[in-house]
Amino acid sequence: MSTVPDRTMSAALPHHVGATSSMPALFVIFAALVAFVAGFAYLDISWPRVLGGLSELGRIASLMLPPTYGTTARLMGWLHALLETLAIAFLGTLLAAVIAAPLGFLAARNVVPVWIFRFSLRRLLDTFRGVDTLIWALVWINVVGLGPFAGVLAIMTSDIGAFGKLFSEAIEAADGRPGEGVTATGGTELHRVRFGLLPQVLPILVSQILYYFESNTRSATIIGIVGAGGIGLHLAEQIRTLEWQHVSFIVLMILVTVAIIDFFSARVRFAVIGANPTAEANA
Amino acid sequence: MNSTSLPLSDDRLAPLVTAYAEAQAAKTRSHLLGFGALLVCILFSAYVAEVDGRKFVSNISNFTTYLSRLFYLENTQPVWSDFSEWFWGFGKWFTKIIETLLIAYLGTIVGAVGAFVACFLAARNLVDSRMLVFVMRRLLEICRTVPELVFALTFVVAFGLGPLPGILALAIHTFGALGKQFAEVVENIDLKPFEGVSSTGATWTEAVRFAALPQVLPNFVSYGLMRFEINVRGAAIMGFVGAGGIGQDLLEAVRKFYYSDVSAMLVMIIATVMVIDYTTEKIRHRLLGHGGAR
Repeated sequence: MSTVPDRTMSAALPHHVGATSSMPALFVIFAALVAFVAGFAYLDISWPRVLGGLSELGRIASLMLPPTYGTTARLMGWLHALLETLAIAFLGTLLAAVIAAPLGFLAARNVVPVWIFRFSLRRLLDTFRGVDTLIWALVWINVVGLGPFAGVLAIMTSDIGAFGKLFSEAIEAADGRPGEGVTATGGTELHRVRFGLLPQVLPILVSQILYYFESNTRSATIIGIVGAGGIGLHLAEQIRTLEWQHVSFIVLMILVTVAIIDFFSARVRFAVIGANPTAEANA
Repeated sequence: MNSTSLPLSDDRLAPLVTAYAEAQAAKTRSHLLGFGALLVCILFSAYVAEVDGRKFVSNISNFTTYLSRLFYLENTQPVWSDFSEWFWGFGKWFTKIIETLLIAYLGTIVGAVGAFVACFLAARNLVDSRMLVFVMRRLLEICRTVPELVFALTFVVAFGLGPLPGILALAIHTFGALGKQFAEVVENIDLKPFEGVSSTGATWTEAVRFAALPQVLPNFVSYGLMRFEINVRGAAIMGFVGAGGIGQDLLEAVRKFYYSDVSAMLVMIIATVMVIDYTTEKIRHRLLGHGGAR
């Protein structure tokens, strides 16, 4: 058995393809274990602390039941904050998509063949993506003040990076032949992109945008922790004041909202693309 | 050529033409309706989210000022003029980066081990009890829907400040996210080996071990590595709520307007994330062959 098929065979059936392939695997597992134990030791985490914390956590969990919301006025405040969260996610995703769409085309090899331009644009997008939404929120709070608007801009900024990358990858994966056909009939570069490329990638882009909307609904629930609007502010406040019954109620509200959004967004995604799209992770 | 391409007489063509026009009109109508609904959603959201175009335009200079100030030291020199001044706290921040990576690593491992056990119980093709599958799925869903930072906030109250609540928060989220992805992998396996092993009198655990596990392991490792990448980013902000890592120092620097410190830490975080992404991508490609699970 040569080395080439070994990669797939031994990966799929590690215990059947000779002892040679399991030696490195054993070493990796051993190294991972050592790093695991050493990591806990380095961070100074002891069993008594873990166990003490767990019993405290059990007490907190029992204090969470049953979930209550106190006064109706407070509930209305939370509902409004939840609506704000949805609005932040919706507008943030939409703005990011609108701005990232042209950037995605410019960063794709089959649209702009200039290597240096594409490279620098991609690194710029990486930087936008590498900075977390919460950090962008802190920056935007300096610009437009506390409130949901800063949250919209924060989600927009970090998603421009993510969309730019995803869009350019989708565009590069598109079939080049329709574009060639358009060029052969005398179409310009712009015609090629518009009629040869865009119809192929549009459903994929829409499905990715919807997927990110789902994921951003989750992000927008915590963006309030730094003061950028949404339910997060209330949630952090209730945790800090140890109102555990309120905490569990807000968490339930979030769970229900996210489930509803996921349901509808998945419906639309299926309708747009016809099958389960490849976008995954992040959830 | 034109004369031969019109074999239909006008009276037979007429219904087709009207049908075509009607189909086109219906399409236009539904498009208009869609755009109208979208527009209403946008306007309503903009109202709720207090979007203020005028404030944005009049203050946008703050944004560019803020970004450009990130690249200047206290003494108004650009940051690259004096690297030792820019990265004055390199030793301290580097320790924090290591702590961040450890939080991500330990959280991923703990969560992945839990997900590994849970995924077989949540797979519809291996478990006969609908009830068990339903309960496991809902549990995983709750674990991944509640944001990590909310878990972290709660755990900080229970376990005290430090990396431990950060690890546990990431572990729970990883449990939920990986558990779902693992279960999907398990549901896509070839069932024949499983039936074969079961028919020899093996218990359920033995059948999973010898018939299901070998099929899914490479995908599990690949998804685990991908989750590690995500968790490194997550660990970097755990410090915002006091759950360890570089986030605490970063938040402090942002709040106190130490511009060059902010940019130095961001450069270190982004560099770390890029190195981790690059390395894990290499490992994943080697594991699955090119074009594998992405």
